[in-house]
Amino acid sequence: MEGILFWFLALVLLGSAVAVITNRSPVASALSLVTMILALAGLFGLLGAYFLAAIQVWVYAGAVMVLFLFIIMLLDLKAEEGMPLRALGVGAGLFLVLFLGVGIWHAIPASAWEANGLRAAVSNDAASIGHLLFGAYVLPFEAVGFLLLVAMVGVIVLSKRDV
Amino acid sequence: MAWLLLFAPLSSALLVWVALRRHPQASEAVSILASLIAFLTAIGIVLGRIEAPAPLAWIDLPGLRVEIGMTLDALARLMLLMVTGVAFLIHVYSLGYMAEDPGRARFFGELSLFLASMIGIVVSTNFVMMYVFWELVGVSSYLLIGFWFEKNPAADAARKAFLANRVGDFGFLLGILTFWSVCGTVAFDPEAARALAGNWLAPMTALLLFCGCVGKSAQIPLHVWLPDAMEGPTPVSALIHAATMVAAGVYMLCRIFFVLELSPEALLVIAWTGGITALVAALIATQQDDIKRVLAYSTMSQLGYMVLAVGCASTTAAMFHLTTHGFFKALLFLGAGSVLHALHHEQDIWRMGGVGRKMPLTFVTFGIGAAALAGIPGLAGFFSKEEILQVAAHRAPGLFWIAAFTAGLTAFYMTRITLVAFLGQPRTEVVTHAKESPFVMGLPLIVLAGLAVVAGYPFFGIMRYLGGQEAGEKSMLVPAVSLIAVILGLAAGAIHYGRAIREPMTIPLFRRKFYFDEIYDWTVLKLQEESARLLSWIDQWVIGFLLVRGGAFAVSLGGEMLRLVQAGNLREYAFVFALGAGGVLLWLFGR
Amino acid sequence: MGTPTLGHYLVLSGLLFTIGLAGVIVRRDLLIMYMCLEIMLNAANLSLVAFSRFSQQVRGQVLVFFVITVAAVEVAVGLALLVSLYRMKRTTKAEEITALKF
Repeated sequence: MEGILFWFLALVLLGSAVAVITNRSPVASALSLVTMILALAGLFGLLGAYFLAAIQVWVYAGAVMVLFLFIIMLLDLKAEEGMPLRALGVGAGLFLVLFLGVGIWHAIPASAWEANGLRAAVSNDAASIGHLLFGAYVLPFEAVGFLLLVAMVGVIVLSKRDV
Repeated sequence: MAWLLLFAPLSSALLVWVALRRHPQASEAVSILASLIAFLTAIGIVLGRIEAPAPLAWIDLPGLRVEIGMTLDALARLMLLMVTGVAFLIHVYSLGYMAEDPGRARFFGELSLFLASMIGIVVSTNFVMMYVFWELVGVSSYLLIGFWFEKNPAADAARKAFLANRVGDFGFLLGILTFWSVCGTVAFDPEAARALAGNWLAPMTALLLFCGCVGKSAQIPLHVWLPDAMEGPTPVSALIHAATMVAAGVYMLCRIFFVLELSPEALLVIAWTGGITALVAALIATQQDDIKRVLAYSTMSQLGYMVLAVGCASTTAAMFHLTTHGFFKALLFLGAGSVLHALHHEQDIWRMGGVGRKMPLTFVTFGIGAAALAGIPGLAGFFSKEEILQVAAHRAPGLFWIAAFTAGLTAFYMTRITLVAFLGQPRTEVVTHAKESPFVMGLPLIVLAGLAVVAGYPFFGIMRYLGGQEAGEKSMLVPAVSLIAVILGLAAGAIHYGRAIREPMTIPLFRRKFYFDEIYDWTVLKLQEESARLLSWIDQWVIGFLLVRGGAFAVSLGGEMLRLVQAGNLREYAFVFALGAGGVLLWLFGR
Repeated sequence: MGTPTLGHYLVLSGLLFTIGLAGVIVRRDLLIMYMCLEIMLNAANLSLVAFSRFSQQVRGQVLVFFVITVAAVEVAVGLALLVSLYRMKRTTKAEEITALKF
């Protein structure tokens, strides 16, 4: 059952990711991205990271994607549709994919393929993450919070026409 | 106490330089006092009252220890006594000679500097210390030759002297370095010099060190500066370019004889250089009209004798002649200076005549000096020249004949200038108005004349002091030959110039100083022009075009090419970045 | 179709990453390039979660949590920049924006 689910989600994931870059319309690309993010959230769930799966859906599929769509609408990017891909760019991209793919393939250790590599998931992951966040990682956590504040101020400054 | 020797003149020079440049009287007093102190200290040292001080370490590195110390052996003592004595007399003489010169404060300061550095050479205990003072002597000589620097010839002569000495000193420096690299010390240490024995470097070291002497003591081929140096004030010519500095080269040879004696070949070269210089200079001297130039060439010739003596492995003969020559040559120069002073710097002997009647004291003392130089028996020059002829006859008969012939020539040209300048009728207006020089100038003449008479006798003890024993196997041929040569020279001079009122014979080769200056002009110009052209070509094309502009071109070309990469295109950056990342991955794991 | 191992997840993550990278290079629109960056970040997240599961440690997931937060910040700031760029240049094509200063 887990195997079937994995393969299904993996196919959706890769397919939608390819669709992001092959779609001519920004809106379609954005929607493909949402699909990809949801598929990834499913994979997170499959790996037992339920808390992260929920975060993925909320933050990415919810907030970030809304931001993307919002900007697409705001800039009215229809005019950019059908921007032709250049053969050189495609060739370079494919070459890189192969090159980096081989690199990544080599980087995966043989032990990763052992069937018993994946053990039981950590139960009650949300609580564990919470403990870590407010325990060992409290300083980075606060820093990231501050970062969000800074980003908010920055975005407002950037977006205002005349400061 | 012995440090007074060095520091009295040195501090006098400093004092004059710093504070007294506008106070001629004070600087005269300070300078003369300093030379007197140096002289008295030298006497104290000779009498054994003052001991050599402990040396101070100046540079103390692994493999190189340089000391500032004092060597006060017999050689140094004799030289010290001669240098400080003559220097003191010449300081006194300058009081009269330079009395009207506005720059005399500077003159006395430079004289003190010279004295300090000359004493430094004499007492130095190692090569480096000697080299330092050697160069200081060169500098003060440069300053003093160019004392009347507003006259072009004087400035040119100063530069010429400096450059000629540079050439020699460069060889000297190389010699010192070679000695140091082989022997591991710069001290005058005969033990250490053993390392050179039998080494092929021994003749090279000896000859390189000899280069210093060739420059300082005006040996052929670097002699060209000495005659021109006569542009300086006459006391300077007497002190530096007759009695002391030029003799420093010979003194240096005696000091480092322990190196020279390791290599008979080098000694042979030295002896022949000396012999040829003696002969050539004497030949040139027979045809010069300028009284100081005649004396300059005769100095060169006598220095040639000394070098010849060193080359014949007799440092005692060399030092003996150096000392007596110091006395009578200083005397001759001071006498000539006295004449020039009276004649308002008329230097041409053909425009003098009859000076003797106007200036009897000068005439008598000059005559004594000339006779001593000519080698008239009974005077100092006779004894010392005799010594040299003896060793030459013993070691190198060929050189002996050259030296004997030169002795005849010496008698000839000294007769010539004495007769032409001092006897006969006055040939120009200035002579008729000439007056005897003041007493301060006369006194040194008298003292030096006395020394020129007695310095050679055995009872005066210079030879004994130097530790030279009376050579057992003295051939009677030598005094006979030299005596005949001297008599012939005298007779020829007297016959030729007895009644002459203008030059009766002209030998262009001698008159033009064997064309040395012309040859140097031509070769140096030619060489310099050609090498300058070559260097200019290299500068223009290799350095200017290839290196500078080529380098700039390569850099800008590279920049142009890199600019294409840095186009600001985000996707290119990403591509390259990913390429790098993939490369790192493959490099780390792809094996 | 047995149980997927760590290797499966890593290969999946690698493929996703290379697709994102190819997108960055192939596409010429800054907005799409941004999306591709998100894909690459997500690929990294996937491998982190897989490692976390493999090593029975929650720390990997904490890191993913931080990555998601920073990614959100980055998207917000980046898109704001994009908007102000668009206002000035009337375009979002990457090759037309080559200067550091306007």
